[in-house]
Amino acid sequence: MNTTPFNTLSFPGKKNSGDSVVNGVDLSVNFAGIKAPNPFWLASAPPTDKAYNVVRAYEAGWGGVVWKTLGEEPPAVNVSSRYSAHYGKNREVIGFNNIELITDRSLEINLKEITQVKKDWPDRALIVSIMVPCNEEAWAYILPLVEATGADGIELNLGCPHGMPERGMGAAVGQNPDLIEKVTYWCKKHYSKPVIVKLTPNITDIRVGAQAALRGGADAVSLINTINSITSIDLDNMVAKPTVGHQSTHGGYCGSAVKPIAMNMVAEIARDPATPTLPISGIGGISTWRDAAEFIALGSGSVQVCTAAMLNGFRIVEEIKDGLSRWMAEKGYDSIEAFSRKAIPQTTDWKHLDINFKTIAKIDQDLCIECGRCYIACEDTSHQSIAKLTELNGARRYEVIEEECVGCNLCQITCPVENCITMVPQETGQPFLAWDNDPRNPFRVAS
Amino acid sequence: MTHSLDHLPSAKEVGTYDPATLAHNFSDLHPPLTPRQAIIESQRCLYCYDAPCVEACPSDIDIPSFIRQISENNINGAAETILEANILGGSCARVCPTEILCERSCVRNHDAECQPVLIGLLQRYATDHMQFESHPFKRAASTGRHIAVVGAGPAGLSCAHRLAMLGHQVTVFEAEQKPGGLNEYGIARYKMTDDFARKEVEFLLEVGGIDLQYGQRLGYNLELSTLQQQYDSVFLGLGLGASRALGLTGENAPGLMPAVDYIKTLRQTDDLGSLTVAKRCIVIGAGNTAIDMATQMARLGATEVTLVYRRGVEAMSATDHEQEIAKANGVHMVTWAQPDEILLDDQGRVAGMRFAKTVEQAGQLTSTGETIEIAADAIFKAIGQSFDNTSLADATAAELARDGERIHVNEMFQTSLPNVYAGGDCVKPGQDLTVQAVQHGKLAAHAIHQALAAQQEAA
Repeated sequence: MNTTPFNTLSFPGKKNSGDSVVNGVDLSVNFAGIKAPNPFWLASAPPTDKAYNVVRAYEAGWGGVVWKTLGEEPPAVNVSSRYSAHYGKNREVIGFNNIELITDRSLEINLKEITQVKKDWPDRALIVSIMVPCNEEAWAYILPLVEATGADGIELNLGCPHGMPERGMGAAVGQNPDLIEKVTYWCKKHYSKPVIVKLTPNITDIRVGAQAALRGGADAVSLINTINSITSIDLDNMVAKPTVGHQSTHGGYCGSAVKPIAMNMVAEIARDPATPTLPISGIGGISTWRDAAEFIALGSGSVQVCTAAMLNGFRIVEEIKDGLSRWMAEKGYDSIEAFSRKAIPQTTDWKHLDINFKTIAKIDQDLCIECGRCYIACEDTSHQSIAKLTELNGARRYEVIEEECVGCNLCQITCPVENCITMVPQETGQPFLAWDNDPRNPFRVAS
Repeated sequence: MTHSLDHLPSAKEVGTYDPATLAHNFSDLHPPLTPRQAIIESQRCLYCYDAPCVEACPSDIDIPSFIRQISENNINGAAETILEANILGGSCARVCPTEILCERSCVRNHDAECQPVLIGLLQRYATDHMQFESHPFKRAASTGRHIAVVGAGPAGLSCAHRLAMLGHQVTVFEAEQKPGGLNEYGIARYKMTDDFARKEVEFLLEVGGIDLQYGQRLGYNLELSTLQQQYDSVFLGLGLGASRALGLTGENAPGLMPAVDYIKTLRQTDDLGSLTVAKRCIVIGAGNTAIDMATQMARLGATEVTLVYRRGVEAMSATDHEQEIAKANGVHMVTWAQPDEILLDDQGRVAGMRFAKTVEQAGQLTSTGETIEIAADAIFKAIGQSFDNTSLADATAAELARDGERIHVNEMFQTSLPNVYAGGDCVKPGQDLTVQAVQHGKLAAHAIHQALAAQQEAA
């Protein structure tokens, strides 16, 4: 039964958590056939372990949820002490690590809750993550049970890097393209709704896994799963964290720190001629609307969030929706699709870059606070392209030696003042010349 | 020391503050940073290259380095970085006018950067929280040389510590019964709480090789010629013991006394309530001592405290920050007025003061002819300190070349007498700051060491 508490009764102007139109922009998506009022989904993880959390997430406004991974009976057993963090100096969490396994609740309870939640929240995406042993019987057994819940699709957990691979599941499958293809094939055979294959980043070339999923008939891929990690060592007891008794083990890494790795992998698949239209659900360190926009620009049709919600609660989706919709309105994008993949044409291989392009640093002397960081960075570790001068009044002055500057961006990166150092493209008078065609390239392609 | 005020009531009798409030009034003026605050503040440091704050520090502390050490939770490392440049880094963290030194030059003063990094408080954090199993500085092998240091104030202590590190034996002659100089006797009580000056000297002496002798006053029971003969070198770290006179009739009247003498008593007392308090008082002067005197009198329970200065606020040597402290404590500031007459009651005690209003014309201060009278039970003069003439009166000391009143030294802190060095408040090139005195002592120690080494080579 779905009762509406008094204090959430709608009134004029009150936002409904399921509204797809925010700030006049339609955020709804149809991802590989799965519809949702917005592209922000909670990834399969502790926050989606049971109905209580999932309902709270929907109430908060999440467009979809990937239910924490179901497995065979008996359910997994978890250890005590499960998470650890890679902290910044100010105790902000840069990266997050976990050694938790798939759901430790019974299949029966999970299926029952999924059925009820889907019935109560028909407008939201509900996807069920599954991981069972690598044989067709196991998949053929569980898939009809999941199909009966009415959930919108399944996500194959072929990426879990800890615990499950030791049992021949998770990343043990995801690291073997043949097994990815085979399992995907079984799923398509025994399940009628969309099948999303979640890929592990603990491989050398993410495209191989995506291609295998596509061969198996996958409707979409999602990535990245967590990265093998040890976040820190307790130097008094010489044991890593999280500590279980007097031992530890590697976990799966996620959070802001993995975003650059995840974005590259998403882009690799998006621009791979072998998987040009394969839908991608982007995952990895998304915590703000800008992170989400970047993943979408690189080819994601939906994005999944976990760590940011674990650290801040479900309410962050409000700021994400508000920020993204305002930005979209400003840019004139009327749907998620309108800017999905927009950054892909400009993402290319190194060899296609213009070797004649030249940019050099420019220091805005009015904004400069004279900290000298640009100077010492360039002097010690780059191209000695910044001069340190002293004004008559004793003030320091840093000037770019333009003829020495290679445009590496280091000074701009180390400068604490935003916009104080800008990189200014130079008019060289030379035509576009990719390395492919450069006369200095012994393997050049004649143009 | 405060006999001149014996006719006045005690703080307890005045009763403005109960004992708990009185104690609170003299606890830390600026509370120290908590560990969390220190970590957050340390993150604000940009780790500048050739940092302006270091250039501004008279004692050359590598500020970006110690702050980065705090940010990495390496507190002992941070403390050692501070102390190797300034062995009295703990007291300097409390008394330095950082607002005109390191913090003024912090690049984060720029408009977009809001406010400077709180360098003084971070330095205090490191020195308050260091935990060394043994003294962090080791002594070089003994040189067999013995050096006399006169004065256990910041200059003398700094010099003694560095000389000890360099392998010399040091005897420090101190006129008072306790070491520390102005840190012990002269700094406002709420800037130097919990007997910190004493604890800091105890820490400093742990280096070894330093013998401290008390009650040894140059010119009274100690002669420079003897020291010069008996020791390989002498360092003079004298304070300015005499308070300048107003030059008015009634200068010795009950109720009129030097501010430094009152502060000395205030610093040493175990019972704030027993201190005599002038409910209405006048402080004459414009330096930090005047501010400290006025503020402390207000905090003891005086109800009308007036600070009078003969020029305008812009000419005051007390920093803006110090002036704000006084104002926040209800001190009235009267400027452009100079003492004209001490007003006495029928028993010959201070009843107030008449001031002549002044104006500056072509750089000259002149009276306007107008006068004002301020009623007061006590007058504290804080118009500067000078040499106790007796201290440099013996035949040898009298030969010391002077810059005006102060002892002349060259850039190696050598006086005009062979093997006699000087530094701190008693020499000319200085701002009369604790941190400056520490630097003088340290540099003089190196100069002494080099000179002795050169003599040895020549021999």
